[in-house]
Amino acid sequence: MKRIITMTVLNRPGVLNRITNLFTKRNYNIESISVGLTEQEGVSRMTCVIHVENDRMVEQITKQLNKQIDVLKVADISDQAIVARELVLVKVPVLPHNRSEIYSIIEPFRASVIDVSKDSIIIQLTGETEKIEAFIDLIKPYGIKEMARTGTTAFPRGNQRVSQQKAFSFV
Amino acid sequence: MEAALKETKAKTSELSGADLLLKALEKENVEVIFGYPGGAVLPIYDKLYDSKILHVLPRHEQGGIHAAEGYARISGKPGVVIATSGPGATNIITGLADAMMDSLPLVVFTGQVATGVIGTDAFQEADILGITTPITKYNYQIRDTKDIPRVIKEAFYIATSGRPGPVVIDFPKDLAAAVSEEPAEQDIFLPGYQPTTEPNFLQVRKLAEAVSRAKRPVILAGAGVLHAKASTLLKEYAEQQKLHIVHTLLGLGGFPAGHELFLGMAGMHGCYAANMALHQCDLLINIGARFDDRLTGNLKHFAPNATVAHIDIDPAEIGKNVPTHIPVVGDAGEALRQLIRQVGNPPEQDEWKETITSWKRDYPYHYENTDLLKPQKVMELLFEKTAGEAIVVTDVGQHQMWAAQYYQFKTADRWVTSGGLGTMGFGLPASIGAQFADPSACVVAVLGDGGFQMSTQELAVIAEYQLPIKIAIFNNKALGMVRQWQEIFYDARYSHSKNPVQPSFVKLADAYGIKGYEIHTEAEAHAILNEVLNDNEPVLLDFRVDGEENVYPMIATGKGIHEMVGVKK
Ligand SMILES: Cc1ncc(C[n+]2csc(CCOP(=O)(O)OP(=O)(O)O)c2C)c(N)n1
Repeated sequence: MKRIITMTVLNRPGVLNRITNLFTKRNYNIESISVGLTEQEGVSRMTCVIHVENDRMVEQITKQLNKQIDVLKVADISDQAIVARELVLVKVPVLPHNRSEIYSIIEPFRASVIDVSKDSIIIQLTGETEKIEAFIDLIKPYGIKEMARTGTTAFPRGNQRVSQQKAFSFV
Repeated sequence: MEAALKETKAKTSELSGADLLLKALEKENVEVIFGYPGGAVLPIYDKLYDSKILHVLPRHEQGGIHAAEGYARISGKPGVVIATSGPGATNIITGLADAMMDSLPLVVFTGQVATGVIGTDAFQEADILGITTPITKYNYQIRDTKDIPRVIKEAFYIATSGRPGPVVIDFPKDLAAAVSEEPAEQDIFLPGYQPTTEPNFLQVRKLAEAVSRAKRPVILAGAGVLHAKASTLLKEYAEQQKLHIVHTLLGLGGFPAGHELFLGMAGMHGCYAANMALHQCDLLINIGARFDDRLTGNLKHFAPNATVAHIDIDPAEIGKNVPTHIPVVGDAGEALRQLIRQVGNPPEQDEWKETITSWKRDYPYHYENTDLLKPQKVMELLFEKTAGEAIVVTDVGQHQMWAAQYYQFKTADRWVTSGGLGTMGFGLPASIGAQFADPSACVVAVLGDGGFQMSTQELAVIAEYQLPIKIAIFNNKALGMVRQWQEIFYDARYSHSKNPVQPSFVKLADAYGIKGYEIHTEAEAHAILNEVLNDNEPVLLDFRVDGEENVYPMIATGKGIHEMVGVKK
């Protein structure tokens, strides 16, 4: 099963290496890691999407992460109401005959075209992983020249509903 | 005039990075450093020339770090190591991994090339932060001389608190040499590191309740008890509740071996009573052990009917290998203190006690005596003639298991062995560290002929300081433990496990000015031990033991803890 783990870490040299090393050393399966600064100086937030076989494994992973000296806080937020976002850039070839077709896919996803050249465009899309993947599936038949995904970054929502239902929205 | 005065004043308050390092070490009351010089640490060695701190020069950096481990294990204080950059630093890797596995506090300084050339593959550059990240509790590289005092303070704190472990400080040469005003005092800043020492009261109560209801309880005590200096509390609690104790390999000494509640060591070569107790118990109380696979055997058969309680200062150990019903995060001593205060009635376990007593009586460790000198006999003699009071340091292999089986430790912190990593070459240098930690103790280094030859060069240190270590080589002319496995699991195809060529160990000792003896019979063993054990000088004893002897009982890989072979009939 897929779990989303977020953590705040002290921004010290080698901290990212420590975390990724831990994943390798303990043979954990990660799908993505995203890292960036937070509102607090010297503190970064990391979001890891991992695949595990059972709850015991998630517990082990969070404990091992928590044990790292530079890690301030770890949370498995998969079962909370969260906002999770990922950004993707896709370069797609465009020919005169399929241009409008491609644009008709872009629109309902609220993706934007951020670069246009003679024979290709770069599309930018933000959203939950499911949405990104649905988009990629649709655009794939047109030929993807290049693609870059940032990996998920996520937050618990301000209001946690009592029922711990997963809340996915399209946008 | 005034201006000139000011300048000299400023000069005297200026310190180099190396000065700051030594000052910080003095502040931590470091009494001995095991170090080896080289280009990148020359500025530090220049300051060591005038330092009051004792510096011991091993003859190989690996020997230095194992000595520091032995020192840490016996003194309870962090072992301090210095190695130069590149090859000096890579030579200590095995020791770091070993200390990490066995939770030994070390503060290790590695030299590094100058900051300006880091990352350019400069002469003797190695990425020590990268290499040591998975095998250290934490590591640092000094980036600014003003951080030196704080970093060293933090390193000692991290190494010794919570679950102890090794910390590396990588020290670029230019910063060791750079002179600056003494930096302002900085506080420790470790917001992400707050080990829990005080256990949760409710969890302790839950455990106490489980104890009072148990019919077949047993305590598994590991090295966590020793790190917490809690052996007296363990005895008090066990006696209060009449609970039987089983030790891990590394936990030996935490509970007196002669005690009626003591069952012995459990695990792959543990004794019948201890392993059966773990298999049949209905309540297993793990105190400071990590359910290593050499202890548990096949997890499917480990304590299958037991409620498992686990007291550990490292929350990540709880539930890692064995599902745990009553987790207690905290220091073993604090937990035991709280448990003792609960004063419930001891559980009713008459039947269990009877079963255990019969296991203990009917299936002790055993071996058959022949005309050849039996290694088990030598171990028994060592125990007898040192009155069970020696510090026993071992290498890795058959002799290590015989030492664990036959040396009946009366007290804590008399046992030094490489458990988690199983590092051959550990024993001799670790015995040096142990002797420095307790200069008046009788230290016996129990070694195999294989492992001894991985660290022979450290005889020079023993000779140099005339350390009165008794080096007991269990010479079976083989890599005995490997030979045993090949005999049992590989049709006695002895692939590269019989040492074809061996030097005369006695002559080798003689070359270092150390007395040596070859011992072939039990009578000779008696005589020589009577003679040398109380001498205040080093001695090497080459015991020519039966080369075909195997360690039993034994649990084969993949078997359950109750499926021992070689139990006394
Ligand atoms: C550095 C290292 N290399 C290899 C091993 C594998 N190993 C475990 S026990 C053993 C044999 C040890 O032989 P010896 O030192 O003569 O002791 P004995 O088993 O004969 O008592 C070996 C090779 C190890 N534990 N450590």
